[in-house]
Amino acid sequence: MAATAMDQPTGASYVKRRRRGELIGVGLGLLVLIAGAIWMLLPLVWMLSASLMPLSEVIKVPPIWFAPDKYSLKNYIEVWGRVGFARFFLNSVFVAFTITFAQLLTSSMAGFAFARYQFPGRSVIFILILSTMMIPFQVIMIPLFIMMARLGFVNTYWGMIIPAIVTPFGIFMMRQFMLGVPKPLLEAARIDGASEPYIFSRIMLPLCKPAIAALAIFAFLGSWDNFLWPLIVINSKQLWTLPIAMSRFTEQYISQTHLQMAGASIMFIPVLIVFLLMQRHFIEGIALSGLKG
Amino acid sequence: MASQAAAFPGKRGWSPQARREAMWAYAFLGPAFFFLFVLILFPILFAFWISLHDWSLIPRDFPLIGLKNYIEAAGDSLTVKSLRNTLVYTVGAVPVSMALSLILALIMNQDKLPFRTGFRTAYFIPVITSWVAVSFVWVWMFEPRFGLVNSFLGLFGITGIKWLASPFWALPAIMIVAIWKGLGYNMVIFLAGLQGIPRELHEAAKIDGANRWQGFWHITFPLLNPTIVFITVTAVIGSLQVFTPAVIMTTVQGEAGGPINSTRVMVYHIYSTAFRYNRLGYGAALAFLLFALILVITLVQLRLTQREVEYS
Repeated sequence: MAATAMDQPTGASYVKRRRRGELIGVGLGLLVLIAGAIWMLLPLVWMLSASLMPLSEVIKVPPIWFAPDKYSLKNYIEVWGRVGFARFFLNSVFVAFTITFAQLLTSSMAGFAFARYQFPGRSVIFILILSTMMIPFQVIMIPLFIMMARLGFVNTYWGMIIPAIVTPFGIFMMRQFMLGVPKPLLEAARIDGASEPYIFSRIMLPLCKPAIAALAIFAFLGSWDNFLWPLIVINSKQLWTLPIAMSRFTEQYISQTHLQMAGASIMFIPVLIVFLLMQRHFIEGIALSGLKG
Repeated sequence: MASQAAAFPGKRGWSPQARREAMWAYAFLGPAFFFLFVLILFPILFAFWISLHDWSLIPRDFPLIGLKNYIEAAGDSLTVKSLRNTLVYTVGAVPVSMALSLILALIMNQDKLPFRTGFRTAYFIPVITSWVAVSFVWVWMFEPRFGLVNSFLGLFGITGIKWLASPFWALPAIMIVAIWKGLGYNMVIFLAGLQGIPRELHEAAKIDGANRWQGFWHITFPLLNPTIVFITVTAVIGSLQVFTPAVIMTTVQGEAGGPINSTRVMVYHIYSTAFRYNRLGYGAALAFLLFALILVITLVQLRLTQREVEYS
């Protein structure tokens, strides 16, 4: 860098001016960021606060959004018990975990095949998989429903899980990541007599932890948030997931805001906790999926 | 790689090693490919077949009606309205979200900024929050009498916007929620893109007497192009498929898309046509219409934004 030499002619006052400019930039930036952060968090803080208050307090004008003396867990107890969220929560968890596991398995195996082996049809199959990434779910949801109906999977857990078993995005992501794993590591294992399944599960997978974590997060959140497909394929109450149960609030518990906020918080809090614990993986996962692609 | 490529001896048959490799490859690929075929590839063809029929949920013989569903879509005022709403929503939400998230990322990218991780966490929390939960919260944010939005606007003397009850404001209200929810995601990607720009370039420009604005316009912006393209394309695709907030925030007595269809978006229109009005054939045709729209817009975007920038 020739930077130090070039600073010479303008002298110390120039440096000072620039430093002041930077400080003003940081100061103004901080103000913008704080205002933005308030906008980001206020609705969720209000949700948590309203979930702890009786309806009479929630609908006060002007809005109260912080009143610790009015707080109780009554709304949660009612939503969890009488409204039946305990069951819906377990349904959501079960479906999300199953889908996550299935997607991890299919994606990492397929990614391994592309990253490790040369085989006839390799690029054709890969392009085919890539091109399915462009298909919007809305195009296939109608035939999928008819297929699920023929197979007797409508209104079952299977009906919710099967369409999400495989994801072209996951395959693509695992392939990209596995291509970055040094080949000599795998070759060394093979020379030592390790079988291919062993190389896959004991050597490759442990090296792919960041990609697996990212994909697991996407799969879980995708399922946790999925509203459209369960709406189509599920109708009996025992199988409702949380999004479906929440949407029924617009019919059965209309204007019961305190209960709605407790329900929304039940969806929100577990995800928030996992996010705060594993934040690095979330952010890395976004970068991984967005930029290496 | 060269040694592996040589393992294919051409037409004279495979070496044992190449055969073994191919066998393992197909074994590992098998499950994913099977499900991909059954759950995506076959359904696309099936969907097209359905769209050529007057298909319904009740099993009977479905008459083949050719392209009639597609022709009907062109003249159906509800379809045209849904398309219009979807486009307005996308054109309204995406540019604002892009601009805001880029500004935030530029601020966050400053060297001396304190609490960077804290801010990133705050902006990312809406991203991980479920759409259904978010929609309920914002219904109450937008409540004309009790809601925080109108009490906030009241501070500036703006009163009486009915938001979700107003045919004019309902769609913008949903856009605001979408911008709010997507900001952190776009910001994180922009930030990663910004951090990939070599620092020396900016320093060199400063020495040459460039100010901040010139530095942004001539260095940051061109070099950020791949990131901008990526975010725009994915954001537009996502916006054209908006569903959950447009349904949850506008459902009144079991019917969504109101008031007066002002928030009826394409995906809800498809869902409603197929599964509420039992017209699977027409619904499938509408889905292909949406697909075509997504495809065309994406290709146009890629065409317009593709320019190679190399500063080595």
